[in-house]
Amino acid sequence: MKLSLVGVSHHHAPVELRERSALSLPEAGALAGELADGREAVVLSTCNRTEIYIAGDDAEEHALEALRVRGGDELAGVAYRLADHAAAVHLFRVAAGLDSLVPGEGEILGQVRAAYEAGEPGPLLNRLFHDALRAGKRARTQTTIGESPASVPAAGAALAQQVFGDLSGRSVLVIGAGSVGQVAARALAGRGARIAAVASRSLERAEELARSFGASAVELRDLRGRLGDIDVVVACTSSPAFLVGRDDVPDRRGRPLFLIDLAVPRDIDPAVNDLEACYVYDIDDLQAVVDATLAGRRREADRAEAIVAEEAERFRAWRASLDVVPTIASLRARAEAIRAAELSKAKLTDSERRAVESITTQILNKLLHLPTIRMKEAAAAADGVLYADAVRHLFGLEDER
Amino acid sequence: MAELLFWPALFAYGEAAVAYFGEARRPGVAGRLATWGVRIGWLAQTTLLALQAARADGFPWESWAGSLNLFVWLVVSVYLIWGCRARFRLLGLVVTPIVAALFALAGFGGGTEIGGHNHYSNLFLVAHVGLVLAAFAGFTVAAALAALYLFQERRLKRHDAAILRVPSPPLAALDALSARMILLALPALTLGIGAGLLRLEERGGDVDALMLFTGVTWLAYGGYLVLRAGAGWRGRRAAFVAIAGFALVIVVRLALTGTHFG
Repeated sequence: MKLSLVGVSHHHAPVELRERSALSLPEAGALAGELADGREAVVLSTCNRTEIYIAGDDAEEHALEALRVRGGDELAGVAYRLADHAAAVHLFRVAAGLDSLVPGEGEILGQVRAAYEAGEPGPLLNRLFHDALRAGKRARTQTTIGESPASVPAAGAALAQQVFGDLSGRSVLVIGAGSVGQVAARALAGRGARIAAVASRSLERAEELARSFGASAVELRDLRGRLGDIDVVVACTSSPAFLVGRDDVPDRRGRPLFLIDLAVPRDIDPAVNDLEACYVYDIDDLQAVVDATLAGRRREADRAEAIVAEEAERFRAWRASLDVVPTIASLRARAEAIRAAELSKAKLTDSERRAVESITTQILNKLLHLPTIRMKEAAAAADGVLYADAVRHLFGLEDER
Repeated sequence: MAELLFWPALFAYGEAAVAYFGEARRPGVAGRLATWGVRIGWLAQTTLLALQAARADGFPWESWAGSLNLFVWLVVSVYLIWGCRARFRLLGLVVTPIVAALFALAGFGGGTEIGGHNHYSNLFLVAHVGLVLAAFAGFTVAAALAALYLFQERRLKRHDAAILRVPSPPLAALDALSARMILLALPALTLGIGAGLLRLEERGGDVDALMLFTGVTWLAYGGYLVLRAGAGWRGRRAAFVAIAGFALVIVVRLALTGTHFG
């Protein structure tokens, strides 16, 4: 059975084309159901790619047609087609995050799993996706490709963890209720921090954002009073002057305070960094951390590629072993038929028959065990067909083909 | 022949010390090599100590070099509690060079030889030497944690862009672990000193420089705990006190041992 992949991704298709082929998870599941008429199909659709994995005869043309229906000839023109081993390697790389815009990004593995669960896999795609998910998991656990932050707000959150460790229970003050502040607050909340207060020039906007986090709203003039019991400050207003100065931070008896300043011009006086256990990071500092960790991600990507290659080779060996499965089944059936026929000729009591059946079955199993293993090994090494033909010839199995 | 175990242990600790520097520059294979170096070194040294214990007439680590050998083993044992975790690998950067250097000193000073006899009862030596060395091992690892704290804290203050490249423990964890280690080690030191004072009272003798500095060390670490609990000393200040205490440990272990063993 041929394995095919037809897809579009951020590598070749601009966003205008990708959005035409984008599918929600239920839509992807429905498309897989349509395509799986006597075949196996899984459709993976994320913001960066739509890929159809399909196994069966003439499957590739059907998959391409499905893309053409959604995105027209233009989309079909930029679609890539891969077959068998190349398709498998591609999926393994996708699952490991190696084909992503940001190498090692963490969401793709969950998206691959969801697509697989919503799809219509059979024996081939079941095995392919299981192996791909394992490759993705190994890439994340055996390398640090997914550990470093890929955005400025994520870098701020990761640095706060470098100070406090687990952010659970740590309280955050957000200064500014704009979209940047929200993204940074969500990055911190996603790591367990508690958004305790939101301060803004407009109390209404502060209350609106505070409500979404279950926090309290604070007026800018009351900031100083809150800095004593806060662990992390995120600032991102359009104020032309500093909102937090050196004198605004009370004595914290050595308790750390981590301040993330995403505003331009800056909201936090850099001199606060000179205070004991106070750490101020502005947007340039955070961008530098992102750039440095991205370089690290790329290095880790080499190790993840090795894992992908290993898993892809395992999948190839499994597929190759399928070539000799019919021969092994025929050989075992022939042996079993001979055993049963010869046994039926013997005049035995019931207890004797049971004993002889047990012994002869064991003899057959032991006799055929090694040839079975050797044929599977040979299949993995690409000699499987030769071995299978030899076995068919030697045991007279040709007519059972 | 059993003395030859000194060499694989020293080689493994040395390899680990070098590999940890490699890990700090480029995390990955070097870190795993370093971890295995420490494990193999510890196993070889454990076997060596076991053979020393089996073949000696009584407590085999009575001499200053012998006690240094036991001290190194205790430091590595405490280090191994966290040191093999990927996030704590940088701790090895501080601990393993000290371990390799002190172990070499112990070996060349005759502390890894097998056989021989001692002048003191096993019970006294286990209670006194064993507890004091265990406490010093705890202080050594606490100082290593404090040094790593200061290193990471400085990188954070200076906005080192590469700070997240090598996984390392958070500042809060380093501070808390260092304090916990001292909290565990100080009672051991107290008991060890107590055993020594009892013997001094029984048999008589003068207070020597080593005893005096051991008392000062006890005061330094006692002060650390009091300042931490009472005055809220945390972070940098606490780290500096932990390192100052370790300086006293070094003086006691290396500079003054000649005044005490005889």
